[in-house]
Amino acid sequence: MDFVTRFKNALFLIAVLLAQAIALAMQVRTPVDSGQPDGRSVRLIRMWATSAVTPFELSAHAIGSGISHGWSDYIDLRHVRQQNKDLQQQLTRMRIEQAAIAEDALEGRRLQTLLAFKERYVGSTVAAQVIGSSGSDQSHVLTIDKGWRDGLRPDMAVITQDGIVGKIRDVDPTTAHVLEIDDQTSGAGVILASTRIRAILRGTAAGRAQIGNLTADSRIKPGEQVLTSGGDQVYPRGLPVGTIESIAPDPDHQPYTAIVVHPAVNLDRVEEVLVITGTQSNLPPDAQQDLTAAEAQHAADLSAERLPGIHDDEPPSPAGVNGATPASTAPGSPTVPTVIPVPHPQPTVHPDRYTTGSTPPASALTPGAPNPQGSEQPAPNPDKPK
Amino acid sequence: MVTRSYMSRREVEQQSFGLPVAIFVPLAAILLQVLLPRLLPALAILDLPLVITLFFAVSRRSPIAGTTTGATIGLLQDVLTSQPIGVNGMAKSLIGYAAASLGSRIDVENTATRALLTFGFSLLQSILLYLIERRLLGIRSFHVLWLHELLRAAVNTVVAVPIFLLLDRTKRPE
Repeated sequence: MDFVTRFKNALFLIAVLLAQAIALAMQVRTPVDSGQPDGRSVRLIRMWATSAVTPFELSAHAIGSGISHGWSDYIDLRHVRQQNKDLQQQLTRMRIEQAAIAEDALEGRRLQTLLAFKERYVGSTVAAQVIGSSGSDQSHVLTIDKGWRDGLRPDMAVITQDGIVGKIRDVDPTTAHVLEIDDQTSGAGVILASTRIRAILRGTAAGRAQIGNLTADSRIKPGEQVLTSGGDQVYPRGLPVGTIESIAPDPDHQPYTAIVVHPAVNLDRVEEVLVITGTQSNLPPDAQQDLTAAEAQHAADLSAERLPGIHDDEPPSPAGVNGATPASTAPGSPTVPTVIPVPHPQPTVHPDRYTTGSTPPASALTPGAPNPQGSEQPAPNPDKPK
Repeated sequence: MVTRSYMSRREVEQQSFGLPVAIFVPLAAILLQVLLPRLLPALAILDLPLVITLFFAVSRRSPIAGTTTGATIGLLQDVLTSQPIGVNGMAKSLIGYAAASLGSRIDVENTATRALLTFGFSLLQSILLYLIERRLLGIRSFHVLWLHELLRAAVNTVVAVPIFLLLDRTKRPE
């Protein structure tokens, strides 16, 4: 008893640490270090804590948004005319770009059809607002204002229009936690856009996204775009992840290189996100409609290229080439298959021995016989000794 | 004639706080820790819960109270992050115990001492977190950037000094 009284402080500390160590051991049995959702009991504890904090976060978010929107509305009104003009110019540029991209998409679709490739397209999404963070730079987790009541489930991909943000880790009734791609426990399957090298993107202690499972390769250069590969079954294929910022040997994991990726999304400033709640093997109806329109336009363009132009510099003469009569194309006449005239050379004005038809065939010549034309001397053979 | 008593330094200088202060100040610190990085991402380097743990531990000068405060604040912090629950709890329990033990031996009312304490305990927490993550949990991918941790300690120190002065006003009068 005297021992307990004397060392009560230390014993209390040991008891507290032991209890927490046991709690940690129970959690670590589940794969908490790989960004997977927690066990049921831990999830409940987190849910209660989140429920307690969420009203404050929502209030702070609402106040912040109110002030921010009030100010930005005022600024927007001042510059709305100029912005409208800029946006119209941008729209024009983007329509031109869209036409070019549609051509590439068509080509890609044809190739995919050839390979019987099954693509996963974004089927349905839920828009959400970021209302909080983990508050620690060692844990990159966002809290969003949508939960399982809105159809959110763990491991759903979270994106913005710029690229991927992360994936859903825990889901509560009205909120969800998003594990960002630069968190230490995060991982994503990626592919380098131009070299088509597949890799795994992970977060680092410094809060950066890094590819660490590739050996040195001279083809990989800074600035190369990184896309999702779709191999992780979380992110649909082809979403922007970021661009390669730097490539350096990884001293901890030789012979691999540490390829730091600058995220396409500003993860510190993300406000609104889209949660991909469903994927499908076909394009969404809107995108399918756009693609069909682009396909029709493409076909029309191709036909226009193949048909003779109405503004040719030298239209064919009515008599045709070398007197060939063109097919009748009078309106109302039955369609006659077009005969493409074969061009013939014009008659020679001053024929010589090189003129076509002036030389007798080889079968009519006798070896050793004199030159039938006789006027031309054979050319001296430079190899013959004098 | 001056009367002298044989009370220890701890008994003389133990401070107490009202229940609202003891509950709402740590909660406010955790809430601010969650909200501030949303406004300014660089503020994620700050560890307000650690500062509050240190303040209550050195003020109360009771290792049991310090351990309890540290464990509670740390566990609440863990719940809101992606880390396993108990990582910050264990680290801050130890910090609370050590700070309270130290607080009963040295003068912690001095600003320079408080700054030094905050800097030292901030670094100690980084070491503890590293040990817990790498050794106890066996997460090999966990790395600590020590220059970053030095910067964190410096920032915590700068923030802690005015917060300590502010919270001194909440102490219950003797």
